[in-house]
Amino acid sequence: MPEGTHPTSTGRSAPVNDAAQEPFSLAIISAGTSDPSSTRLLADRIADRSCELAACHGRTVTSNVIELREISADISSALVSQLITPRLQAAITVLGEADGIIASAPVYKAGLSGLFTSFIDVLDDDLIIARPVVLAATAGTARHALVVDEQMRSMFAYLRALTIPTGLFAAPEDWGDPALNKRIDRAAVELVLLMESGFARKIRDASWDSYQHEYGSAGGTEVGIDLGTDLMRLAAGGSAA
Amino acid sequence: MQFGIFSVSDITRDPVSGETPSEAERIDAIVRIAQKAEDVGMDVFAIGEHHNPPFFSSSPTTLLAFIAATTSRLLVSTATTLITTNDPVRIAEEYAMLQHLSKGRMDLMLGRGNTAPVYPWFGQDIRQSLPLALENYNLLHQLWREDVVDWKGKFRTPLQGFTSIPRPLDDVPPFVWHGSIRTPEIAEQAAYYGDGFFANNIFWPKEHYIRLIGFYRQRYAYYGHGTEEQAIVGLGGQAYIARKSQDARQDFRPYFNEAPVYGHGPSMEDFMDLTPLSVGSPAEVIDKTLTFREHFGDYQRQLFLMDHAGLPVTKVLDQLDLLGGEVVPVLRKEIAARQDPGTPDAPTHASLVRAKYGDETPRQPRPNANRGDNVTGGSPYQDTAAKSRPEYPEL
Repeated sequence: MPEGTHPTSTGRSAPVNDAAQEPFSLAIISAGTSDPSSTRLLADRIADRSCELAACHGRTVTSNVIELREISADISSALVSQLITPRLQAAITVLGEADGIIASAPVYKAGLSGLFTSFIDVLDDDLIIARPVVLAATAGTARHALVVDEQMRSMFAYLRALTIPTGLFAAPEDWGDPALNKRIDRAAVELVLLMESGFARKIRDASWDSYQHEYGSAGGTEVGIDLGTDLMRLAAGGSAA
Repeated sequence: MQFGIFSVSDITRDPVSGETPSEAERIDAIVRIAQKAEDVGMDVFAIGEHHNPPFFSSSPTTLLAFIAATTSRLLVSTATTLITTNDPVRIAEEYAMLQHLSKGRMDLMLGRGNTAPVYPWFGQDIRQSLPLALENYNLLHQLWREDVVDWKGKFRTPLQGFTSIPRPLDDVPPFVWHGSIRTPEIAEQAAYYGDGFFANNIFWPKEHYIRLIGFYRQRYAYYGHGTEEQAIVGLGGQAYIARKSQDARQDFRPYFNEAPVYGHGPSMEDFMDLTPLSVGSPAEVIDKTLTFREHFGDYQRQLFLMDHAGLPVTKVLDQLDLLGGEVVPVLRKEIAARQDPGTPDAPTHASLVRAKYGDETPRQPRPNANRGDNVTGGSPYQDTAAKSRPEYPEL
């Protein structure tokens, strides 16, 4: 786990302009359970369009896919025992270092798949602050369409991520409808522009300390210790504020 | 280097026999386990504190006083004493009494407790648990070092002219360890006072503990108690031992699979790979335990969790035979050969008395006569400096 990815209270901070020449790092979370799966297919199409678009702007994109199916046992272990296995840690590290995220999940029972929500449940609250996220879901019926905006969006709001305006949803009939491509294009534009703006990095540089963190949070990268807090003064024999 | 065992005090169904011990059986068993620990040459027995079933240890000083009374060499301790939901005044009183009765064969480890409902049962709020723990310990530290305490804080009713009785044995406060796995403020407090720092070393991968122990060592040196290497560090660990590796794994697997905290989760093999758990032959347990000092630096106390997850008392006693008979003697020898020769031992009552008094006779506080009103504080002991004594008119 590289240290100093985020500025910390000990003063390490990544220079804002360093990223100008670096490829964008795109993390793709897919909670599809078959192979191939329509959930993964939807994520891949968003990723492909985003890469093409970034290339038009002279930028390359490195994609990392987190197939939750492959780490489902690691996720359930973490849920019940606090044990973060190396495979789960690798997924967490990918997310923590991503410039943009595509989150794609199936809807089964009028809600996001349990595999997807379980994965989100074991993430630190401060792992993806301000990171642009494309929300995508697939389902067997169009009656699940609002899950993206009503459940997924609020979940990522809790994580203080920046969900892009366009939510993507594909029921069976959408796969034959060019309108889905249009929405995918729209989402790709929103994602790439937000990555280009460097918004997430700027937020982290400007106000990382103003979000709540715990020792070892942000996927294990938050290891700065601020000795100047009221609690630290209390620890050293002072009195509670 | 001290070796010992610590118990959570869980009462868990034995997944092999299907039997759940009664509270009475488990309490009798823990006394036998502690006594056995002394018999097989261990140095320390520590017990947890809980206030809800399925645990039995709500009153650690009562249990530890009994164990101390029926042993002769064993040091009794806690893992942990709740510094949040206990009144620090009661901790000061109860543990000072335990210190007297055990003739100094005790210390204690403080922890916050993470069971949310317990806090309101004792009038506290888990959301305030960190400042509560820090403030309570600041008071406890003072109560054991000053005969008469005036104190005002945020969480507890103020004290005016309060004397915690009995004064610590030989006027030397019990040694305190602070248990924490993820809280820099607790490490800072341990370092500030020059107390010990203990990482339970059971669940999280070791990198988390390494960072926090490193911070504690650095701050211990910063506050002038000694070098970073001289900071007082304790570690937990858990083991299941059999003469043959396969037998250990086969015996322990049903207990692992149903263990209250990690059961039904990761496989035993994953847990052995990723955490300090060792399940195997004495040689395997020795090898794994010897890696601890490579990660954390030379340390003073190693406690093993041996009696949890429904293991029947007969098995636990057999485990202690192997631990005390075959594992610990080799660990003592190997660690003595490998560790920095300047590594200090964990403080004991005898070493703390020596450090405070040298060849002088320790102070033995004798109270002044009861004046009949029971409230006239100020100079409760005959050797309290005259200037701080109130003056009374001749009658």
